[in-house]
Amino acid sequence: MRDIAVVSVAQHQEKALTHTTEVELMVPIINEARGAVGLTQDDIGFTCSGSSDFLAGQAFSFVHTLDAVGAIPPISESHVEMDGAWALYEAWVKLQIGGVDTALVYSYGKSSPGSLRDVLSTQLDPYYLGPLWPDAFSLAALQARIMLESGAVSEQRLAEIAVRSLNGAADNSLAVRSSADATVEGVLAEAPIADPLRPSDCAASADGGVAVVLAAGDRARELCERPAWIRGIDHRIDPHQPGVRDLTRAPSAQAVAVNSGAGNDRLDVAELAAPFTTQEHILELELGLGNGTAVNAKGGALAGHTMMAAGLMRIADAAAQIHDERADRVLGHAASGLYLQQNLVCVMEGE
Amino acid sequence: MAERTAVLGVGQTKYQTTRGDVSLPGLVREAAYRALEDAELGWDDIDAVVVGKAPDFFEGVMQPELFLAEALGAVGKPLLRVHTAGSVGGSTAVVAASLVQAGIHRRVLTLGFEKQSESNATWALSLPQPFSVSINAGAGGYFSPIIRQYMARTNAPELIGCMVAFKDRQHALRNPYAHLQQKDLTFDQVVESPMLWEPIRFSETCPSSDGACALVLGDEAAGDASTKPVAWIHGAALRSEANNFPGRDEVNPQASRDCADDVFAQAGITNRRAEIDAVEIYVPFSWYEPMWLESLGFCEIGDGWKLVEEGATHLDGGDLPVNCSGGVLSSNPIGASGMIRFAEAALQVRGMAGDHQVDGARKAFGHAYGGGAQYYAMWIVGADKPTS
Amino acid sequence: MSADPSIPPTALSGEVSLPEKLADVEPVRSVRTPIRLDYDFIPGSASSGYLNAFADRKILGQRSPVDGAVFVPPRGVDPRHGAATPDYVELPDTGHVGGFCVTRLPIPGRDDLEIPYVSAWIHLDGADIGFLGLVAGIDTSEVRMGMRVRAVWKPDDELGRTAENILHWEPTGEPDIPVTAAGTNAWHAKQAAAGEQG
Repeated sequence: MRDIAVVSVAQHQEKALTHTTEVELMVPIINEARGAVGLTQDDIGFTCSGSSDFLAGQAFSFVHTLDAVGAIPPISESHVEMDGAWALYEAWVKLQIGGVDTALVYSYGKSSPGSLRDVLSTQLDPYYLGPLWPDAFSLAALQARIMLESGAVSEQRLAEIAVRSLNGAADNSLAVRSSADATVEGVLAEAPIADPLRPSDCAASADGGVAVVLAAGDRARELCERPAWIRGIDHRIDPHQPGVRDLTRAPSAQAVAVNSGAGNDRLDVAELAAPFTTQEHILELELGLGNGTAVNAKGGALAGHTMMAAGLMRIADAAAQIHDERADRVLGHAASGLYLQQNLVCVMEGE
Repeated sequence: MAERTAVLGVGQTKYQTTRGDVSLPGLVREAAYRALEDAELGWDDIDAVVVGKAPDFFEGVMQPELFLAEALGAVGKPLLRVHTAGSVGGSTAVVAASLVQAGIHRRVLTLGFEKQSESNATWALSLPQPFSVSINAGAGGYFSPIIRQYMARTNAPELIGCMVAFKDRQHALRNPYAHLQQKDLTFDQVVESPMLWEPIRFSETCPSSDGACALVLGDEAAGDASTKPVAWIHGAALRSEANNFPGRDEVNPQASRDCADDVFAQAGITNRRAEIDAVEIYVPFSWYEPMWLESLGFCEIGDGWKLVEEGATHLDGGDLPVNCSGGVLSSNPIGASGMIRFAEAALQVRGMAGDHQVDGARKAFGHAYGGGAQYYAMWIVGADKPTS
Repeated sequence: MSADPSIPPTALSGEVSLPEKLADVEPVRSVRTPIRLDYDFIPGSASSGYLNAFADRKILGQRSPVDGAVFVPPRGVDPRHGAATPDYVELPDTGHVGGFCVTRLPIPGRDDLEIPYVSAWIHLDGADIGFLGLVAGIDTSEVRMGMRVRAVWKPDDELGRTAENILHWEPTGEPDIPVTAAGTNAWHAKQAAAGEQG
């Protein structure tokens, strides 16, 4: 295996980008990520992006955003209809083959033009679940109810996770929901929006984008004083049909934690892309995160969830803490699908 | 150093307007089983799954690979979903191959599909582009000006496109999986077909199909262990370029030329026409056959139409048979169309193409493109293991 | 792979048996699930300027900071370099026809178009890429690459912040520009001319 590192990250996120298209959003972010390590597109060996047509409300939406990259001369490039974390995985694979030493990865999402909780209903099995047209919050509430009734989690614990995010996001300029003085009592007093889920249990939807530069071996050392070396990366998927799942668990999350070696050494930091407090709780257990690990210290995805980018943003957040020497060993996580159906973990270390 | 990678199995469904007898899971499973049975492998032998398809609006399901995880045997495994417009089937195969080439997985199942009958593809494609004026009726409206430019540049005879369409429909009669099976079609009927987007006639366009195509890829040990012939990957490449920029050569885009140069260099091929025995290129409108033959370097610029006119691209008697399967002009399940090109190239070098087999094919070329002729995926497969 | 697609894969060739009490039930052949999703699109920064100018019968492009190339409609970026294009340029409503298509098919949502009609890449004077427009006021067989055209606007009291303000493009009657300098060739011709001068 080649040593591959995240050498540069850039991102932007806000509640609703009402005056900016996806391409206008990505131009400064991509230029910032490349520019910070002195690269132009001509220096990039492979490019990969992630986004969703259903989110954009347009077929082939990613074609327009390619303009933000500067694909002249033509580039070796691919696109996944997935969170950008999987684009990073594809780029990491490409770098493993050799022949290229650098890659640009980006993803973005704007939920504000539509209703995300309804858009996500189109992810369901179109024969058995789709016709029922349940929205994303109601589906998450079913899971929450099962978790509470079975004793897999308590309302107190969910509120603690919500407060951790609200407090942690207070000094995070990219967070779209924060509160320095939020308390467990305050969260528990919130009226549920999809009983038993309260507003603070559900991630605050956001618009945004993220770009990451990867580099291999000595090239990474040239470009970055302290590269975030990818020591383990894996992704797995669970079944879609809720009826065959134990909704209090996420086996694929546990599997990727093992396969990426997350538990082999102390983790300073874990950045999780959970869209609900219930799922953040499940992830902490499945990933085996202990007391020594700071989980979503800046609010995580709960404080601002950009669909299709939340996972790559978590990897970027985790890598940045290696870059500026706040941490030595970190974990970035991405999820996709109903009830954490699909999970990816990227474990990174400083030298 | 990349791990040597081989196509161990190929599976396709019958392509037709409506596969009303199967659900989406049933459709993908049919192709996947055929590929597994061809490879003499089971689901447990597969380490990862890579899925490709064109816009999700075609079936009205967002990221349908998520609900297809069970049908694809992907549970507990890595599942990737690729989308690069019309080239997606090809790009998906290239991404799947990279998982083996990188030494990460030993055997990978990759699959492209489209079930356009499941939703309303015309609706999906004519979702209004916000803030722009709707004046182009479909892809034909986009590509017709480019074809017109090609004709002007090369002074190609007017009926070259009809010759390509007629040839591919004849080829399709020898491929039982092909959608269009027009046994009584005459050349005159092709010519007399209604003009849709001048100079593109109805007969020179592709059908709209339901279907899926799957490949099982394996590493060198898996290829060596196969009891059947396998297709070794000698080169695989992707290229993309912007849609509209000053001085863009739309007839012969640089991304196409660059991608071809890359993949032929990987395969160590210097005389493209002489060394490639069978070609499967993405030709949704007939004129794109001569245009791509030039862009891909199978002939000199301006000579593509001459190959068509001489019959060089015909399975019977041609030295460079093109789209022996009937091509996209005979079957077009969009998300699978590119992978079908790659799969057919593999079948040719495995000697398993049945009635549309090119005798003694040793090296074959698979190709897909998409967007406004912006996205390219290509691979070269051979009967022999690559030496480098 | 089997030579006969009508033979199912072995794994799928087994008999499907139903419980006896379902034997006479008519099978479900399909389910129909209507989907409705509403999106409120925003034009973004570059297009806002472009669309607002249309209300005043003006066409705005944006200039590349790299080499001055002018893009219309503006999208806020030079796609060759991924460079932001903050500077607007006002363009005349005259230009020439680049690539074009004579269409004999109706378009969904445009019942007003008489068939056949011509859609074309209109290369405005001073712009370096084409944008799509309809060509009218001329027999479809007479349309040619390099033909000079001008915009035909809606009446002033019907103008809105939309590209639909231009009904179509009609010939000016001026001599054609040579095909070698028309459409996507225009940029290369311009570069060559600049090279000779320099």
